Amino acid sequence: MPDKLFKVHKKEHILPGNRACSGCGLSLAYRYILKALGENTILTLPASCLTVLHGLYPVTSVGIACLNCTFASTAASASGIVAGLSAMNRSDITVVAIAGDGGTFDIGIQALSGAAERGTDFIFVCYDNEGYMNTGTQRSSATPAGALTTTTPVLTKQQNKKDMMKIMEGHDIPYLATCSPSFPIDLYDKFVKAKRIKGTRYIQIATPCPPGWVFPPRDTVKIGRLAVETGIVVLYEIENGKFRFTGRSKTLAEKGTRAPVIQFVERQGRFKKMSMEQLGQLQKWVNNKWAEYFRRAEAS
Amino acid sequence: MSNVQIMTGNSAAAYGARLSKVQVVSAYPITPSTSVTETIANWVERGELKAEYVRVESEHSVMTVCISASTVGARVFTSTSSHGLLYMHEQLHWAAGSRLPIVMCCINRGVGAPWSIFNDQQDSIAQRDTGWIQIYCRDNQEILDSVIQAYRIAEEIYCPVMVCYDGFVLSHTMMPVELPDVDQVCQFLPPYKPHTILSPEDPRNINPVIFPWQRRDAEGVLRDGYMDMRWKLQRALEGSRDVIVRASRDYAERFGRDHGGMLWGYRTEDAEVLIAGMGSIATEATAAADLLREQGIRAGVIGIRVYRPFPRTEVREAFRKAEAIVVFEKNISYGYEGALSADLKAALYGTGTDAPVHNFIAGLGGRDVKTGELVEAVRSSLAAITAGDREKQTWLNCVTE
Repeated sequence: MPDKLFKVHKKEHILPGNRACSGCGLSLAYRYILKALGENTILTLPASCLTVLHGLYPVTSVGIACLNCTFASTAASASGIVAGLSAMNRSDITVVAIAGDGGTFDIGIQALSGAAERGTDFIFVCYDNEGYMNTGTQRSSATPAGALTTTTPVLTKQQNKKDMMKIMEGHDIPYLATCSPSFPIDLYDKFVKAKRIKGTRYIQIATPCPPGWVFPPRDTVKIGRLAVETGIVVLYEIENGKFRFTGRSKTLAEKGTRAPVIQFVERQGRFKKMSMEQLGQLQKWVNNKWAEYFRRAEAS
Repeated sequence: MSNVQIMTGNSAAAYGARLSKVQVVSAYPITPSTSVTETIANWVERGELKAEYVRVESEHSVMTVCISASTVGARVFTSTSSHGLLYMHEQLHWAAGSRLPIVMCCINRGVGAPWSIFNDQQDSIAQRDTGWIQIYCRDNQEILDSVIQAYRIAEEIYCPVMVCYDGFVLSHTMMPVELPDVDQVCQFLPPYKPHTILSPEDPRNINPVIFPWQRRDAEGVLRDGYMDMRWKLQRALEGSRDVIVRASRDYAERFGRDHGGMLWGYRTEDAEVLIAGMGSIATEATAAADLLREQGIRAGVIGIRVYRPFPRTEVREAFRKAEAIVVFEKNISYGYEGALSADLKAALYGTGTDAPVHNFIAGLGGRDVKTGELVEAVRSSLAAITAGDREKQTWLNCVTE
């Protein structure tokens, strides 16, 4: 609804001329993330596409305080910031860690699990572009089955995407959400809500990546929408254990219809070697997820 | 009134942190370091020490917490050993590269495979090139005093300091330790003033990607490239010698204990053979020197207290008149020799000191080193030198057939 746009903060925290690729889904999401979080925030981020977006010393394209950390250490870095601020008697600042799917699902999972188990008061954001895109599209545990990457260059990835939301939910944290840059108001609302909650909050953003997924940069928003329309990406939040569909996914859930996954798959070069069998399995994987989400939505 | 208590090396380290009023402590258990941070946890939970205590899931995260907490302005402390230190390796570089005055105790322990929980110094020696200052302590009093001094050194030059001491030999051995007065410590150690505080009021992008070359910032000022920053770290460590010696002297004036700044000597004046070592093996060497003198061999000891920065000038002076040098050390740079022996010889290069240097690798993985064995080792070395053997590596008390 267009009138909802008026509630979004006007102030821009990402300056023009940043180093993200053209059509970068992350940069679209990041703009709204920072608008929702505001200035009184400290960010910490590992080596990732976002490091590149933030710019090269001694200039930066982002006007929010930021501490770069090593790849495996993002959530621990946030823990250190939280502890340090507490020691300095500063409890008003929002501490936010942001990592890609590699820095979250793979190398960062130990520190993230530790920080979440401790109930560290911070928001962990995973921008999920389904592979090691900053190093040139290698397979991660977030890469979907059937996708070509430079480390699955012939046979495609054989395993399904890891369900990181489920892993994070196992930590009994007060707030989890998924979102997409193609639905910025839904994304904005979730960050505004997360900011008000105490404890560990986890938000996962499905960010389309033109070079990694192999589609034209002008199609980023369209691809992000198709991901939601086909139900591959589901917009929801889990607040104190209560599951709720949100935004476009809520509408799709109410209608009970979704576009077939082929509509998402056929527009991306990364799926060009996907077999009919893999396509069928992907559709089945999506259907099963939805059946589970429906059960949860009814139960709560 | 002096307050002397009988305590372990680990208790002494914990008291050093407490007296330094550390604000954030992060910890992960590993033998033999564990009781340092257990002791601090007890104080924090009882309200005796006002500090944030972060019980993380790995040593990698321990050092990360230290780095980030220090970046927002807190004085931080931790301790570890062996594989814990190795697991931190990446973060040790990051801490030094960030120029953060983190102080950590390394309770020296051997490194696997296979597993050993016992003492040697392979763990900290393997971190030699991370940009940390390394102090090696010879007794429990020195551990406590060195932790306090370490904060003053670290915060003056913005470099992290590792206070190393031998696992079990010191960490779990009770000795009398004088606890300094907390107000006197405050006068010696002023509050931490960070070089940069990360805060929303002064937003910065700390530790981003940097080019090899210099670049202009938004105001047109030319800023360092990667290599220029590395040179500044090297300059800081080279320059830290004066700061370390000054801190040591000032501490001695205030508290009456001088642990020797960069290095210390024992019965060196007329020595015909100088024994060199780091940590408790150097302490043991002083007993060996006494025995050797009883046997008519004029032996002295040089204890290297600070290994990085290497005390080049002090070493040259200390060994200037040496006729024979015997180095005992609990580490090995595989494929070459003990790290101390190599550095010592390099420091003497071109100085005119041409004494033979014999290197004993000793006590790896906790193998016992008895004073009598040190005595015999020195005697055998002197015999070999007389026979013309100028350079020799021997694995003490080890099956080498």
